Amino acid sequence: MLLDQSWLLIAIPLAGAALLLTWGKESDKFGHLIATAASAASFLLGTFYFIQLLGRDAGDRSVDSTLGTWFQAGSYQVDFTFTFDTLSSMFVLLITGVGTLIHIYSIGYMEHDPRRRRFFAYLNLFVAAMLTLVLAGDYVVLFLGWEGVGLASYLLIGFWQHKESAAQAGTKAFIINRVGDVGMMLALMTMFAFFGTTSIAAVNQNIGSVSTGVATGLGLFLLLGACAKSAQFPLQAWLLDAMEGPTPVSALIHAATMVTAGVYLVVRSHYIFDASPVARNVVIAVGLITLLAGAWIGCTKDDIKKALAGSTMSQIGYMMLAAGLGPAGYAFAIFHLLTHGFFKANMFLGAGSVMHGMNDDVDMRHYGALSKAMPITFFTFAAGYLAILGFPGTSGFFSKDKIIEAALAHNVWVGIGALIGAGVTAFYMTRMMLMTFWGEKRWRENVEPHESPHVMTTSLIVLAALSLFAGLVSLGGWIEEWLEPATGPLAHPEPPLPIWVITTIVLITVAAGVVLAWFTYGTRPIADEAPADEDVSFFTRAGRAELYGNQLNDIIAVKPVGWLTRTLTWADDKVVDGAVRGVAGGFGELAQILRTWQTGFVRSYALAILGGAVFVVLALLVVTLG
Amino acid sequence: MTEYITLSLILFSIGAVGVLVRRNAIIVFMCVELMLNSTNLAFVSFARQHGNLDGQAAAFFVMVVAAAEVVIGLAIIVSIYRTRRSTSVDEANLLQA
Amino acid sequence: MITFWILAPLMVVAALGLIFARKAVHAALCLAVVMISLAVLYAAQDATFLFAVQIIVYTGAIMMLFLFVLMLVGVESRESVVEVIKGQRLASAIVGLAFALLLTLGIGQAVSTSVVGLDVANQYGNVYGIAELLFSDYVVAFQFTAALMIVAVLGAMVLAHKEILIVPKTQKVRSEERIRDFAEQGKHPGVGATPGVYARHNAVDMPALLPDGTPLEDSVSAVIRNRQQSLPTRGRHDVADTLSQIEDPDLDSTSAPQIGVDQGSDEQEDA
Repeated sequence: MLLDQSWLLIAIPLAGAALLLTWGKESDKFGHLIATAASAASFLLGTFYFIQLLGRDAGDRSVDSTLGTWFQAGSYQVDFTFTFDTLSSMFVLLITGVGTLIHIYSIGYMEHDPRRRRFFAYLNLFVAAMLTLVLAGDYVVLFLGWEGVGLASYLLIGFWQHKESAAQAGTKAFIINRVGDVGMMLALMTMFAFFGTTSIAAVNQNIGSVSTGVATGLGLFLLLGACAKSAQFPLQAWLLDAMEGPTPVSALIHAATMVTAGVYLVVRSHYIFDASPVARNVVIAVGLITLLAGAWIGCTKDDIKKALAGSTMSQIGYMMLAAGLGPAGYAFAIFHLLTHGFFKANMFLGAGSVMHGMNDDVDMRHYGALSKAMPITFFTFAAGYLAILGFPGTSGFFSKDKIIEAALAHNVWVGIGALIGAGVTAFYMTRMMLMTFWGEKRWRENVEPHESPHVMTTSLIVLAALSLFAGLVSLGGWIEEWLEPATGPLAHPEPPLPIWVITTIVLITVAAGVVLAWFTYGTRPIADEAPADEDVSFFTRAGRAELYGNQLNDIIAVKPVGWLTRTLTWADDKVVDGAVRGVAGGFGELAQILRTWQTGFVRSYALAILGGAVFVVLALLVVTLG
Repeated sequence: MTEYITLSLILFSIGAVGVLVRRNAIIVFMCVELMLNSTNLAFVSFARQHGNLDGQAAAFFVMVVAAAEVVIGLAIIVSIYRTRRSTSVDEANLLQA
Repeated sequence: MITFWILAPLMVVAALGLIFARKAVHAALCLAVVMISLAVLYAAQDATFLFAVQIIVYTGAIMMLFLFVLMLVGVESRESVVEVIKGQRLASAIVGLAFALLLTLGIGQAVSTSVVGLDVANQYGNVYGIAELLFSDYVVAFQFTAALMIVAVLGAMVLAHKEILIVPKTQKVRSEERIRDFAEQGKHPGVGATPGVYARHNAVDMPALLPDGTPLEDSVSAVIRNRQQSLPTRGRHDVADTLSQIEDPDLDSTSAPQIGVDQGSDEQEDA
């Protein structure tokens, strides 16, 4: 059970998944319990390792655990090495902790689903793959986990296979992630070409031996992969469609963990980004754009899950922004990742609870005044709401403020962008609260909202507590210090204004957003049906169309590839097959011509024989006399 | 000497052309016999040139074999005639494509 | 040499006659001319044995065999002048000419004018010389050609064999049929009588006489009977005279039909 056996963390959920998938229908009665137990066991083991790591000195907090060699080709070798250090410890706790809570929640949420055992098997598979990703000591093993979470995401988004939209959403997510995977593979190839190895430690050590151009290239390739996985611009179109999956899936995969894998990748490869200012600037740009785009989309969606998905996109933009700031921001990116994991999972589970009580209706225009009907859900959701706003004292306050400070220190305009993002976040989150829990009842016929069963509310309460109080870990700079061995020394650039001024400005912006939302949605009655597209402003229309992301993808990628495929099929049929058939046809024609020589007349044949004899004699004469 | 050989060659060519031109199977056969005879003449002439009788022995064998060949060939022609009532070689053209 | 220069043109003309003759028998005869001329040329070249064999075997046996089959197959058939295959005549002429020219050019060069002559080889006689070769150097070939001849004969028998489709009647069957016909229909079972041939009358229209003197109409050919050219018997044969010589009391001369007994002239009838 020692730290150098950290591969056990992965093995337990993986065994759980394998067991549930192969055991079959017999295990339907207790399969979910096995899965939850596996997840919980992993969490306990992770906590145990974490405590052990705490007991060590700062320089000693990285333990490798090697299972063996995966493959070897000449001098290139890839081992199954798992590194448990400070960075991965945080992720392990997040994944297994939030994961176990969501497992428990799913026992109640998926109670009436006949394929519940399979669902839990996939959840375990996801946990195992995500752990592989964060514990990997080699980029190729990381890529193994990367693909594994992509697979689990596809399986879980399309879990309700009978729904056409769910199946298509799963395929869309997988395909867009494939584009990012190309970036990852190019990065792996570049590493192999220049370093001869893809081990994380070796690459980080030797990054100084390559030119800045190579480092920039590496950084951009890795960023491409991260953009797909974390739903950043320009590969963000899949995230909102991924809400077709069951709500626990949205909470675990598309809020807390998988979508943050991109940020993990950037922070883990921070040596590469440190070596290339160009790559860093691109990361900042991507983060800023996504931050504002996600907030824009979140303002216009009436579907509660899609609004939360837009919010997730925006918050990950914050994390990317922080990661792009370099040594000044790595620790804050991870910190915000952790707090976001808590409050976003909390709010997603709360939305699931609301949907459970409203007969699975997701339209917020059909909600209203649910605070009295579902009190626990309301209070836990409110905790998450305060955290995402950055209400003083909540975890979100500590994590988001630090990012805005670092952004302002780097570049005023980036900082102002982040600030505006905070304001818009406040606007759409307040809108969500007003439409769902306050205001007048707009319930449909036969809908009787009731509180969710205890198995679901327990997880909500735990996550709400974490949302409120997890910020304490940043007191005294503990989190920054803890992460230092993995992220490098923290830089503290001076912000243009004193910190308390910045904090006040942030709070004022947030308050402005809240007030604006109250005036727009709190004072006026909310329409039952959404206004038609012609009657709303350009901003609303663009937001509803997800900033025309799908149309852009269609023009850039889908149509050209379709055209190319049709051309290739045509070429294969007419040109290649035509050549083959043409050869056969040509021989047929030749045979028809030669056929006329076979007259059947003996005398013609005799003439030919005599002609041949003449020819032979002639040849002989030429040879002997010549 | 040369005259004999030339004569032999001329007879041989005439026989060859005869095979190509005549349609009656028996006459074609006779042209083939003419060819064989012309080679016999050549053999005998060469025997005289070389001074040994090997050429004449060869001519003798040619005659024997020609006799056997004529027997069988004519038997075939007769049996074909019996079934087809015609000796024209042009009528046996079933191998056409 | 004189022999050669007389016979060579003859042979060429005869060969051309072979390929241009319209009637098959003419062609056969032309070939016979060629073969006999060849025999003479062999004799002129000191190949006396071959001279004899050529006449006996080739001209005598093989050409006769050809003629037999020609007679069997259709001696009257004339070959039509029209050529069915397009361009065959022209192509044959060209190719034949080319062939002759090439061969003459090529093989004519191989001949040297120094001729050794067969005086030494023929010192014990040509037959002796050939026999010596045949039975020592070429004995195996000799045996094989003998076998070949036997095989050829067998082959000819097999090829010319005719399948009997209708079994001919044996003598026994025929005789039974004859007696049955006689029993059922009264047809005469024996050989019919020939028309009357007597010392004095020898004609196909004179019927034969039965022992009792009655003429037998069936003995005259049916054709003559139908043409009603058969004469009743005009012989001076006396029925009563014949009967008295038999001395059979049962036979009554009055019951015999009196057929126009000519009492008159002794003149011979135009028979």
